[in-house]
Amino acid sequence: MDANNGQEAEAVLRLTGITKRFGPLVANDAISLSLKRGEVVALLGENGAGKTTLMNILFGHYTADEGDIEVFGKTLPPGDPHAALAAGIGMVHQHFTLADQMTVLENIVLGTQPLWSFNLGKGAAREKIRRLAADYGLEVDPDRMITELSVGERQRVEILKALYREARILILDEPTAVLTPMETEALFATLAKLVAAGLSVIFISHKLGEVQSVSDRVVVLRGGKLAGERKTADATRRELAELMVGGQLPVNEIGPSSPRECLFELKGISTRSLGGAALRQVSMQLRGGEITGLAGISGNGQAALAALISGTLEPVEGEIIVHGEKVERWSPGAALERGLGRIPEDRHATGMIGDMSVAENVISEAYRSSRFSRFGFLDWKAAATFANDIIKAYDVKCPSPDARVRLLSGGNMQKLILGRALDGDPDIILASQPTRGLDVGAVAYVHARLIEARDRGAAVLLISEDLDEIQTLSDRILVIHRGQLSRPSLRGELSVMELGELMAGHGHDEGASHAA
Amino acid sequence: MNEALEILFTASFWVAAIRIASPLIFATMGELICERAGVLNLGIEGIMVAGAFTGWFTVYMGGDLWTGVLVAALTGAMFGLLHGFLTVPLGLSQHVTGIGITLLASSLTYFTYRILLPEVSSPPKIEPFQPFAVPVLSDIPVLGPTLFNQTPLTYLAYFTVAAVAFVFYRTPVGVAVRAVGENPSAVEAQGISVTAVRIGAVMVGSALMAIGGAFLTMSAFNSFFFEMINGRGWIAIALVVFGSWRPGKALIGAILFAAFDAYQVRLQQITGGVIPYQIFLMMPFVLSIVALVVVARRATYPKALMIPYQKGER
Amino acid sequence: MRLEPRPASSVAASILWPAGAILATVVFSSLLVMIAGASPLTVFWLVLKGAAGSQFAALETLTRATPLIFTGLAVAVAFRAKLWNIGAEAQLYLGAVMTVVIGTGAVTLPSAGLIPLIMIAAMLTGALALLGPAVLKTKFGVDEVVTTLLLNFIVLLFVSMLLEGPLKDPTGLGWPQSKRVIADAQLPRLIKGKRLHFGFILAIISAIVVWVIMKKTTLGYEMRAVGHNAEAARFAGIPVNRVIVKTALLSGGLAALAGFSEVAGLKGNLTLDLSPGYGYTGIVVAMLAMLNPLGVIAAAIFVAGIFVGADAMSRSANVPSYIAEVMVATSLLTMVAAIMLMRYRVRWR
Repeated sequence: MDANNGQEAEAVLRLTGITKRFGPLVANDAISLSLKRGEVVALLGENGAGKTTLMNILFGHYTADEGDIEVFGKTLPPGDPHAALAAGIGMVHQHFTLADQMTVLENIVLGTQPLWSFNLGKGAAREKIRRLAADYGLEVDPDRMITELSVGERQRVEILKALYREARILILDEPTAVLTPMETEALFATLAKLVAAGLSVIFISHKLGEVQSVSDRVVVLRGGKLAGERKTADATRRELAELMVGGQLPVNEIGPSSPRECLFELKGISTRSLGGAALRQVSMQLRGGEITGLAGISGNGQAALAALISGTLEPVEGEIIVHGEKVERWSPGAALERGLGRIPEDRHATGMIGDMSVAENVISEAYRSSRFSRFGFLDWKAAATFANDIIKAYDVKCPSPDARVRLLSGGNMQKLILGRALDGDPDIILASQPTRGLDVGAVAYVHARLIEARDRGAAVLLISEDLDEIQTLSDRILVIHRGQLSRPSLRGELSVMELGELMAGHGHDEGASHAA
Repeated sequence: MNEALEILFTASFWVAAIRIASPLIFATMGELICERAGVLNLGIEGIMVAGAFTGWFTVYMGGDLWTGVLVAALTGAMFGLLHGFLTVPLGLSQHVTGIGITLLASSLTYFTYRILLPEVSSPPKIEPFQPFAVPVLSDIPVLGPTLFNQTPLTYLAYFTVAAVAFVFYRTPVGVAVRAVGENPSAVEAQGISVTAVRIGAVMVGSALMAIGGAFLTMSAFNSFFFEMINGRGWIAIALVVFGSWRPGKALIGAILFAAFDAYQVRLQQITGGVIPYQIFLMMPFVLSIVALVVVARRATYPKALMIPYQKGER
Repeated sequence: MRLEPRPASSVAASILWPAGAILATVVFSSLLVMIAGASPLTVFWLVLKGAAGSQFAALETLTRATPLIFTGLAVAVAFRAKLWNIGAEAQLYLGAVMTVVIGTGAVTLPSAGLIPLIMIAAMLTGALALLGPAVLKTKFGVDEVVTTLLLNFIVLLFVSMLLEGPLKDPTGLGWPQSKRVIADAQLPRLIKGKRLHFGFILAIISAIVVWVIMKKTTLGYEMRAVGHNAEAARFAGIPVNRVIVKTALLSGGLAALAGFSEVAGLKGNLTLDLSPGYGYTGIVVAMLAMLNPLGVIAAAIFVAGIFVGADAMSRSANVPSYIAEVMVATSLLTMVAAIMLMRYRVRWR
């Protein structure tokens, strides 16, 4: 993208020496950066590098301990989202901030008028939204409910919210995480139009590829500090990666697979919806010694499939066959009895009980076994021993088995979940978004454990919205769209764009031709 | 049997039903506003007690009837402020805090009553609101005499429903209140304070609950008794669920409920003691539970109801 | 203003905030006392004296604490599993009804057989009373707060009906009261000639048993897991609905013991004023105890002391005894706030 405004273009935004501490943790350490008119700056950094904290400070959700912010030459009062909005800053959060049971229009006009007025001014608002949508390629019907929109459409609403307020600076936090490759292209086209119209953009990402294709300048954060700043044109991918990670990217070796018999099978499974799409007549086989990757855009039935395999969602029709045996009553307990290891998508909501201790959490799947209880009385010593074993084996950083899980970092929590799920070497493993929100080291660790399980003959299902992760790890790839699966393809068989087509639902039926 | 049916066709029955519905309408609208903003307010029962007392006492001390209503509303708003402060920025359990507010509001009321009226054996009476036939409207056949020959406070109840519906769907502040109960971060991201909207909604809702209480002492009756709220607050909470958090449906629920209540009183008279009177008195409570069971499955409640919100959290 | 979890429990915070809660309660009630035209120091002294100033006072406080320990335990157990049982009042009355049904002569057994029989029957009745709301919650998603609250009214009317009908004492001069339970169904007094009865010992034993259940057993573990995070518990294979039902049975049973102990230990018969809101006060007791079963004993004695002391005080000073209810409600609100502030730190920016 070519901003082409030269060096002398005015700085529309200037952050100076921003420092933010959370207790002993320094989330942002004296970070300075500036943004010029018509420029796209990529804020690159891995999870936990402090990108989101910095943007939350800019947007007034947090107040910096030190440093100040200047927008169009004026100092921004700290801790006031309203002031940030008024100064022309618009933010598209990674997790959309939309009220689902309300219309697009209501979401957009929210907060744009004085609260105490007897008129919503719907007519004029509708006109303005239509015009903005047409100008920037953001088509969406203002009168539809948010619940009826796809993820891509919701993101358009988020951008429209900012444009409606005449934002001059747009901040996008990991905007492509939820998009198909085609939708990503469309987003980049929209950004080009915005920049041409004189807006400035901060693009937060941890993906090197898109940073290189969309930005003029890259600012890299690492461990809360400014690690470096480069003109995109002058920087190599390798250089950026090293700035981001602070050394070599850890790489997992994955050898060729040696597939064995089918350990887990779904036959014609349909479910009710869990927010996203429901499963419709889904059939799949998981074979030992293989990682099967499930790609798809968020909301296409991954949640239902994960819940189904975990046992928390019962099918309305179809069969579940484990180790060649049809299961009559399916539940989390039934899944555990049959030796499934399950890594849930949401560590905090589903994986762990934050207010209970490490020991209490690691025994939650096995507390009724004779290992941890007798005659209904728990053996807390055995629990503590087990917790210590996991802490040691998985290198979990935590003070003691009595520590509350809430206080652990995401990576350490995930290691506990791994330890619990992989205890007893299960031969069927469900890993749902297992690396979401983890830093590079933790990601590599989780991947290594999954590869290890596959190499010892386990059947692994990896559900992820990160296509890179799917392509790297999977021996076999399935794509889910609106609750239905594509035919499987083998490693390297389909290109990113071809997978993207499947994710968008194109050629879902011709999938057969690919699975030679 | 005929006699039991004939009740339904008497004007006095429907007049009574509307009268019984009025305090419930205030209370239900009050609770509905709180819950649409994401805050369950179990303080309702106590707030109604407090409103019933302060409104009535203001008039007893020589205040104007409408001043009494205003004082009741302010009383409710103050308890709403307390509930809002404890549950919104402090994020305390809405259940426990609500029960605490009910205990506090009712015990404070009884304490104050004993201090202000130490020597009375039976509570003094006031001159309550009188029915007032609205010109033209009260001449509508059938509906007129039942709906428009009521006290001014009942008219205020009608107006409240219309106002709540209008504000919710037609004004910026209503959109903000609904959004804050659906997804507070959507409101925060648009530069509006979640805390302010929620506390404001709880205060307004609590003021309406208190007016509902005051209706009993200033319109339905003319005096203040202990235990006179008698579970009406809890019934209002059931009515909010029954009405799927929509003002119009909640209004219909309140009127249906009141009609049933009025009916059981009359049925009690004609059955003449064959069935124990307690059975009749139980019916409103049983009916509320039945109503909850019927609608619970398909109720789409405000998504952020009972979930505390922290600034900057998504 | 925002709340941040404290990384480790701070000793200072866990002393200062509860102390602040008590102080706030004392200051607020002092204001009310002054409004009533009395001196707070005198009033508090009178309350203290009335609650613990003599053997009679202390025994009276323990007697009053007995039903509160039971209802406090009932609430603590339920709230631990996030089952919002606000219906301890109803369960208490049903326990009392069952005590009267069996204990007034329908069954004749020696004391050692009759009392356990009545206890079990009473517990079952209370358990059944909460089973309904628990099933409605798990099967239909009906909020148990509202159903248990509404059940309080239904049960009280039901009891009133029984007392004017089948359970009415024919010699009761027309009052709605039941016959007295027979001698073998009565709990012995702990000290001859005093009101404190064996129910107090039963309450203490119950608290210890509940503590063991919560701390040491798989059931207690399940209840805590479900209470803290039902979704995670379900994922881990804990049968959430079954745990909720078991919790309901235990909670309802404990509340019913309050009714049993009041009738069999203290009053001898059932009247409509058997409980001056012990079911609701149980919520305060449980919260003050931070849901800890052993803490419930102390909290119940504290709350009972306020009530007993305030009764005595209001006879000599000109301050309505409702000050006790106000103090108890205020301490509930200040204490839940204090507990939150012990765990979280307030940051103003």
